[in-house]
Amino acid sequence: MVAYIIRRLFGAVLTLLIVSMITFGIFYLVPRWAGGTANDLASRYVGRTANPEQVAEAAHGLGLDKPFFVQYWDWLQAIFVGRDFAFGATQAHCPAPCLGYSFIGRNPVLPDILDRLPVTASLAFGAAIIWVIFGVATGVVSALKRGSIFDRAAMGIALGGVSLPIFWTGLVSLVIFSYTLHWTKPGGAYTPIEQNPGEWAYSLLLPWITLALLFSAAYARLTRAGMLETMGEDYIRTARAKGLRERTVVTKHGLRAALTPIATIFGLDVGLLMGGAVLTESTFSLPGIGKYAIDAINANDMPKVMGFVIFAAGFVVIANLIVDVVYAVIDPRVRLA
Amino acid sequence: MPAPDAFLDVRDLRIHFPTDDGLVKSVDGLTFSLARGKTLGIVGESGSGKSVTSLGILGLHNKRNARVSGEISLDGTDIVNADPETVRKMRGRRMAMIFQDPLSAMHPYYTVGHQIIEAYRVHNNVSKAVAKKHAIDMLGRVGIPQPNRRVDDYPHQFSGGMRQRAMIAMALSCDPELLIADEPTTALDVTVQAQILDLMRDLQQEFNSALIIITHDLGVVAELADDVLVMYGGKCIEYGSAVTIFEEPEHPYTWGLLGSMPRLDRGVTNRLLPISGNPPSLINVPSGCAFHPRCAYEARTGGLGTTTVPELAESGRGHLVRCHMPVAERKRIWNEQVRPKLEATS
Repeated sequence: MVAYIIRRLFGAVLTLLIVSMITFGIFYLVPRWAGGTANDLASRYVGRTANPEQVAEAAHGLGLDKPFFVQYWDWLQAIFVGRDFAFGATQAHCPAPCLGYSFIGRNPVLPDILDRLPVTASLAFGAAIIWVIFGVATGVVSALKRGSIFDRAAMGIALGGVSLPIFWTGLVSLVIFSYTLHWTKPGGAYTPIEQNPGEWAYSLLLPWITLALLFSAAYARLTRAGMLETMGEDYIRTARAKGLRERTVVTKHGLRAALTPIATIFGLDVGLLMGGAVLTESTFSLPGIGKYAIDAINANDMPKVMGFVIFAAGFVVIANLIVDVVYAVIDPRVRLA
Repeated sequence: MPAPDAFLDVRDLRIHFPTDDGLVKSVDGLTFSLARGKTLGIVGESGSGKSVTSLGILGLHNKRNARVSGEISLDGTDIVNADPETVRKMRGRRMAMIFQDPLSAMHPYYTVGHQIIEAYRVHNNVSKAVAKKHAIDMLGRVGIPQPNRRVDDYPHQFSGGMRQRAMIAMALSCDPELLIADEPTTALDVTVQAQILDLMRDLQQEFNSALIIITHDLGVVAELADDVLVMYGGKCIEYGSAVTIFEEPEHPYTWGLLGSMPRLDRGVTNRLLPISGNPPSLINVPSGCAFHPRCAYEARTGGLGTTTVPELAESGRGHLVRCHMPVAERKRIWNEQVRPKLEATS
């Protein structure tokens, strides 16, 4: 088991390295291929009034005139040892772990992202709890009452839920529940949990439900398919032949096996959301990581975007790692393989 | 055949499944009985209704997709019309089942011990520790070495034969009075098959339970059964003691089954005498005798075979045959034509 985890850890680090190389390449190399020079990149950071000498100086100070791999190496080692930037009269220090330094905001990227993490985490975990409970419960009942009115209705709604984009359901629910009925908080309202847990939950209610609807729909369909398959297995017949109560047969024998793939997807989905629920956060104007990324892209602030991508990728990789380990715990056949 | 003192009494059992293509008559009017300590072999091809019958006895058919009628009485308790909770409490405790493929029939996520403990505790109000001791004891009795260590293993850590032993231990954990074994040796190596059959015979004597062996393998039946019921197209077509079925079979289908059994004492060229054709469709059952399209003697029925369903009629003491041919002619064909061919040693 320990060897298994160590092997997976190596894989995770390697994945992050590759992701960072590709991202770095896209942001720093592709513009060069497109004909941009180091000075073009640097001019973004020195203001409109700068003369060519100042731009060249800034490009040098930022290391933009160095070869690509040296630049990448500088970026990479900054994560571990920090980095100093000097351009014009400005001296800046980005302490380790440095995921980048925004020259537009004049601050290191990572603390900004970490500040926004609680918002995204609140959104992701709250929604995750709702969608797992609703999605799995709906899927199980649908599978057990296959072909019933409940099944048909639930699967119809689920198809809608999967198909409708969140920026549409989000806006519609904002209009209805927030601006017309005044049941929920308007978009942009967010109260940190440490200030007032009740307000925190109230402010996130609508985003949770909207985001959960999308995922519940997918989970309901997955659970239904999984349950239909496992309930037809021989070991379910055995469980019944032993005289177990139907409830035990369904939950302990059927659901246990059907939930294994669900657990896998759940881990990946939460990991993905932790790296920013971009659409949900934009729709509801929540100051989370996804909103941060959108703002950074709109402002063309490449170090921010770069830092965000690595941060989000880190969550996905960690989620993958956890899923692999959890899978081995759930399924004894994986454990020994 | 019906004995008043029978422990298991099945009368006119019909199990039909309505489907989009029509009504599937998997079991169509089956009657038999079985006493404690006796073994009945139910023989037939795939799709003849053997397994559907066994699931029916356990009351495992879903009322939503199966129509079960007739009578199944276990020690006086009716199973077909009883309320589901009553039947559930009988399952595992009074009647238990051993399935064909022990790998897929055991839950992959739970240890073998856990699954036996579960089967024991659902019917016995005992602590987990007591149940575990019982599980270890049962594993030991079915011949699993080091049962106190193996009890914590998962099914995939067992070999095929060991898994079937564990399955038997699970089925016997509540000391059932009726044990149904559905193709218990089909998924096993030949060498292991013999061990499992020996084990089942020993355990049956020890527990004095009634045993139903469902199989397509006449070798298994010859090994274990007191009585044999041959099924074809959801109906019983021949019933009798094992000696009768092997020594004086009268139905052409039974002859075919005997001919399909590999035998070393037969000549190399005709070690197997397969039955031609395919098992009948259970939706569009052939008119008249369901076996007539494959029957070599159909012409001897004077056209009755294609028009009339033959009755299951007594041919000798306790020997029932569903065939239009006169008894004397069947006996003659068996003695003069079929038996010599089966026993030919050239």
